[in-house]
Amino acid sequence: MRKRGGAIMMEMLFYIAAAVALLATVLALSRANAAHALIYLIVSLLAVAVVFFLMGAPFAAALEIVIYAGAIMVLFVFVIMMLNVGREGTAREREWLGGRNWIAPGILSALLLLELMLALRHAPAVTSGVAVTPKEVGLTLFGPYVLAVEIASMLLLAGLVGAYHLGRRFIVRRERRR
Amino acid sequence: MSELDTIGFGLVIIAAAVGGAAFLTWFERRLLGVWQDRYGPNRLGPFGVLQVLADMIKLLTKHDWVPPFADRAVFIFAPTAIVVAMLLGFAVVPFGPELYILDLNIGLLFFLGMTSLAVYSVLLGGLASNNKYALLGGLRSAAQMVSYEVFMGLSLMGVVMLTGSFSLRAIVEAQRDLWFCIPQFLGLFTFLIAGIAESHRLPFDLPEAEHELTAGFHTEYGGMKFAMFMLGEYLGLLLISCMIATLFFGGWLGPWLPPVVWFGLKVFILICFFILLRAAIPRPRYDQLMALGWKVMLPLTLLNLLLTGAIALLMEGA
Repeated sequence: MRKRGGAIMMEMLFYIAAAVALLATVLALSRANAAHALIYLIVSLLAVAVVFFLMGAPFAAALEIVIYAGAIMVLFVFVIMMLNVGREGTAREREWLGGRNWIAPGILSALLLLELMLALRHAPAVTSGVAVTPKEVGLTLFGPYVLAVEIASMLLLAGLVGAYHLGRRFIVRRERRR
Repeated sequence: MSELDTIGFGLVIIAAAVGGAAFLTWFERRLLGVWQDRYGPNRLGPFGVLQVLADMIKLLTKHDWVPPFADRAVFIFAPTAIVVAMLLGFAVVPFGPELYILDLNIGLLFFLGMTSLAVYSVLLGGLASNNKYALLGGLRSAAQMVSYEVFMGLSLMGVVMLTGSFSLRAIVEAQRDLWFCIPQFLGLFTFLIAGIAESHRLPFDLPEAEHELTAGFHTEYGGMKFAMFMLGEYLGLLLISCMIATLFFGGWLGPWLPPVVWFGLKVFILICFFILLRAAIPRPRYDQLMALGWKVMLPLTLLNLLLTGAIALLMEGA
């Protein structure tokens, strides 16, 4: 009996977290103020982390928080601060967000949503899973998927070298002007 | 522990952490006074300990004001974020063999996640204030935190390698024979520096450097909202000390005395050490701070990781 109650509780938590994620994402899309939109996006990422945790992937949940919410989003906030758009930016964004611009993307996403719902009707609802420990994740990554890891690391290295190259050109040019 | 016990213990920990942070505001000023050859707050009560009360009355009765040019909702939200994130971080700290709230198998990552979320408080506070000094302070902290977070996580991976688990209880248990501060001295050194930078305390408090940015990100804050930032900072100091004690100095392990006492003693000594650092070291220039992070600390952590991995493999082979 007690175990059954726990299962219902977990299911409730899953649906609450999923609802928060959806709502926060919609709000993140529709806010005119960039800082507010970012806060909603961070909330959405945190909700997704909770979903991961409930599905039995604590390692993915932790990485979602540390890397997405904790590092990448910080860089987004950093860029907003650098640009410091303020009130004019918000006004311009409101203009872009208003009225007719919603129609075409709205129809397309509605189609996709319909399709998704039809597809999901036949699949069983999964709200929990088997817990995967961090060790298993590591063994899988560096076992069967080692090639993917290597390719991803090469891609990141290329990005790093590219960023360094572009930034360096900028610094050299500025020094010459002096 | 039953569910109710866990909740009760959680409340005790929250009360102890907030109370400890309030006490620290006095203790730090007093200790700084001793080390810098002056008095510090010594008037109210025995040794001036009631100064905390006086400060609290002042902050609570102050007019709670939001500047008209600020982004109101974000301005009010920002100071709460750091306190909530730091208090959540205490959930995974093992205070004794049976004294803990949560024993997650990703405990260490949970702690890293919570400290990285605390950054938003400073960032959003600076952004919402709509003030150039606050904005500059927030910008600096964003760059500082992101660069120091990179090797903060990496510096702990040596400990994880030696233990084979992210669970903080397992990490303490693995130190029964030898505290990790000896085989992982490079990790300890880098984590210590990253910890100070992450809780932006004095040698590294560039986001609020008074002489160039008035008060940095909290220039526009006053009253209880300002007090929340301060509370968050002291909670961060407590949390980092708890983590260093757990990860490198054997947590609750120690002879004769009960485990909780050992843990408290270690945390207390670490806090005193942090205050000594603040009293003794001047603030570096901002570019020096960033250069130190990327050019010295990151290579050191990578070296530590390489050496630890090699030695662990050798030991396994032997």
